[in-house]
Amino acid sequence: MAAGWLRLLAVLMLLLQPAAAVWPRPQVQRSPRGGGRCLLPPGRFRFGHAAGSAVGPGCTVLEAAFQRYRALLFGAARPTENEPVPSTENPPQALPCTQLLVFVATPDCDGFPNLDSKESYKLSVSEGSLLLSADAVWGALRGLETFSQLVGRDQNGAYYINKTEIEDFPRFPHRGLLLDTSRHYLPLRAILETLDVMAYNKFNVFHWHIVDDPSFPYESSTFPELSKQGAFNAMSHVYTAGDVQAVIEYARLRGIRVIAEFDTPGHTLSWGPGAPGLLTPCYSGKHPSGTYGPINPILNRTYQFVTSLFQEVSSVFPDFFLHLGGDEVDFTCWKSNPEIRAFMKQMGFDEDYRKLESFYIQRLLDIVSSLGKGSILWQEVFDNGVKLRPDSVIHVWKTSKPYMEEMADVTKAGYQALLSTPWYLNRISYGQDWMAAYQVEPLKFKGSAKQKDLVIGGEACMWGEYVDVTNLTPRLWPRAGAVAERLWSNASVRNLQDAYMRLAAFRCQLLGRGVQAQPLYVGYCENEFGGF
Amino acid sequence: MFGQSRWRKRSRGPLGGRAEPELLQLQVVIESQHSGCHSYPHLGSSEAYHLTVTEPVAVLKADEVWGALRGLETFSQLVHEDDFGSFLVNESEIDDFPRFAHRGILLDTSRHYLPVKSILTNLDAMAFNKFNVLHWHIVDDQSFPYQSIYFPELSDKGAYSYNHIYTPSDVRLVIEYARLRGIRVIPEFDTPGHTQSWGKGQKDLLTPCYNGEQPTGSFGPVNPILNTTYDFMTQFFKEISSVFPDAYIHLGGDEVNFDCWKSNPNVKEFMKKQGFGIDYAKLESYYIQKILDIVSSYNKGYIVWQEVFDNKAQLKPDTVVQVWMENNYAHELSSVTGAGFTAILAAPWYLDYISYGQDWKKYYSVEPLNFPGSEKQKKLLIGGEACLWGEFVDATNLTPRLWPRASAVGERLWSSSNVTDLEDAYKRLTNHRCRMLRRGIAAEPVFVGYCAHEARG
Repeated sequence: MAAGWLRLLAVLMLLLQPAAAVWPRPQVQRSPRGGGRCLLPPGRFRFGHAAGSAVGPGCTVLEAAFQRYRALLFGAARPTENEPVPSTENPPQALPCTQLLVFVATPDCDGFPNLDSKESYKLSVSEGSLLLSADAVWGALRGLETFSQLVGRDQNGAYYINKTEIEDFPRFPHRGLLLDTSRHYLPLRAILETLDVMAYNKFNVFHWHIVDDPSFPYESSTFPELSKQGAFNAMSHVYTAGDVQAVIEYARLRGIRVIAEFDTPGHTLSWGPGAPGLLTPCYSGKHPSGTYGPINPILNRTYQFVTSLFQEVSSVFPDFFLHLGGDEVDFTCWKSNPEIRAFMKQMGFDEDYRKLESFYIQRLLDIVSSLGKGSILWQEVFDNGVKLRPDSVIHVWKTSKPYMEEMADVTKAGYQALLSTPWYLNRISYGQDWMAAYQVEPLKFKGSAKQKDLVIGGEACMWGEYVDVTNLTPRLWPRAGAVAERLWSNASVRNLQDAYMRLAAFRCQLLGRGVQAQPLYVGYCENEFGGF
Repeated sequence: MFGQSRWRKRSRGPLGGRAEPELLQLQVVIESQHSGCHSYPHLGSSEAYHLTVTEPVAVLKADEVWGALRGLETFSQLVHEDDFGSFLVNESEIDDFPRFAHRGILLDTSRHYLPVKSILTNLDAMAFNKFNVLHWHIVDDQSFPYQSIYFPELSDKGAYSYNHIYTPSDVRLVIEYARLRGIRVIPEFDTPGHTQSWGKGQKDLLTPCYNGEQPTGSFGPVNPILNTTYDFMTQFFKEISSVFPDAYIHLGGDEVNFDCWKSNPNVKEFMKKQGFGIDYAKLESYYIQKILDIVSSYNKGYIVWQEVFDNKAQLKPDTVVQVWMENNYAHELSSVTGAGFTAILAAPWYLDYISYGQDWKKYYSVEPLNFPGSEKQKKLLIGGEACLWGEFVDATNLTPRLWPRASAVGERLWSSSNVTDLEDAYKRLTNHRCRMLRRGIAAEPVFVGYCAHEARG
């Protein structure tokens, strides 16, 4: 079954106590040759703001992070007395590090992260001192996560961190995870937990594929009938306005952008019951068959509806970008409808229904742009020759042609690109498939440096046909971690054996944080899930 | 059935009165003198039952308690709630019995340790699906979590850690929990291969491998040429025979790699002396036969993987052979049963081999008796097992990976051979999956959709 060297690795993993290694691997990490470490006293350890930092105690993002990381690091550690008890066990050079000081250069704390947010940070662990500095709070969050992964416990249970200097920043600015809450409803708790684990992996975009054919769980204030008629159960399988705001704020506190996707004109069957007349009635010969197809692009009221809905969505979701979908539009229903055929003739589109699709998408893009939002679209929109805006982002996902060719084509045409094709984590298979995800090189296509710059990142996708809360977390983690590192770390970080060791250790760390991450391969963690 | 619903005691009756009569009692009648109440289920146990649901008293009749358990499970599945929360059951008459007597799940607690709690939860799920055998593949190369009374060093040195063990009381708990659900626990102590972890706590048990004249420091299968090996096995299986009450022990015997034996000069010498030539399958058989004799002497039957049969070891007539190699398994079933041995089918049901999509359909579509053979031969196929090997499985993903996929195997092994319609099975399986969720089993979805009561997550 698995390669012999993997077996050896697994044995090695069992024998070694792997040093605290960060996942994803930082860009630059230097540790002094003499080693050295400092001990952390859990009862009096504090996070503090360094002198001169542009943010202070009023910064909710940091204050909330300090609380979270204190709990992650020390759990329910009991506070000690004021006087540190001198320990005869500690080696003299192990000075205590009693605080981590955080220095942030720019003041914004109350805004939302965006594509241009600075996530770089420096972490310095030296003689009795811990210093984290960052350009912006978002970098401080990344640095806190790194810090939390570096703290270990020695054989006596003492908390320690090795001396080290880290300079870190992400390779790609858009590092996303897609969840699909239409094929299966995901309870709010599951989404929030996923955001936690995303933060542990330095993911920074939550792509919320919120509605689709099977169900419409989004409670719209403008069109309440959409979820009333379209959700699996309008009482229990919906996201209220409060739920949505909770997700957005929870994400913000973790430096994660929430990009909502309202996929049209296809993938909209669940919209039909709550918006009569929106979808195209399919015909069987001269008569309506009773079934429906994509959104009807020939009616004015369609565009009134779309405008109103996206007006609401634009105000509900603060991110600059909206994902407009545009994938897998099946032309069969349009072709069957006599009014649409008449429209096609009128417009001089002949038999090219891609022109009709383009007609719709262009109007949609105009609407969304006038609402002050940017658009991300699935690749078909580009492939079908739709006239896009220059700042449209194209999301590459199809396997019908080598995805690297598509990346080359998209960027050659001047559009920014996101890669997802090799990262469809819903497509499970036997064995260590994280390796294939890890080995992807997003820039491995023929193109100029300018083209490569247009690749802003990628997303791991967890489509929901076979996924709900019962299997979401083990299916996502640690496999998505492979994508996280590929998008954050340096392009040269590709060694599989090293990645295996670090990812397996990181997985055990996730278990310790209460995350039901599945095993990579044979082995064990000190603390198992659902165990003792 | 009733979950958290609060029932009113001695109510004055519903306002307006209901049209339906009330079912107040399910009477259970065990017909046989040897009910099985205080004993363990076994291959020959009767699991048949007759259920009559009619007002005011429903009756569940079974020969033995094991049938009553199956009937109770069925009854619990017939009870449903209406829109107002009333519990209803339709008048029905059910006559049921399993098609195959051996319907098992294999769990592997060596590649990954499984906390006792997860094993118990799985036994619950098994009972909901009328599975009746837990094939506990308890130790293997990677770890030895079984805490032996005679040989405590085995787990002391061979388990992943002191926390990753099954104490005698853990084992007893599993066995009793299973018994109360009519589930047999068949342990597997797989030898002579798959034994790396045994060597840590038992010196000289494994064969030292050689590179020319020098030992390399690594070890191979159990050393078949030493008397000490058989002394150890005699003691060890004495313990196993008493700890595990089932009539059968699984002795493994699969995937024995001959390279190490071939490299060892003492083994080569032994081969010569025995006149085995260079046919190491003969050495393997020599070993297996001695183990079979040892286990036999403790009055246990044994199950072995197919290699033991394929490599022509001399087996006792009541040996059970488990067919696991996927390639042409129908042919293997013919051979095994043709030679007069009882067979268990696992080959098409390796549930650890996950893939994208509704793979339950392919498990469901297996027809175990689709192999060339006489009526007599077909009778020798006593059932099958869904196997969840542990390379990529532990308590974080065990339940969703096993269920409801294993349910497809469960129906194939219980229900009549003509129950094959996939569309009908889909409807019932999705319903059954929601039911398992309600009962606290985190079974994964079959396809797009929802349950009224989702898992808590």
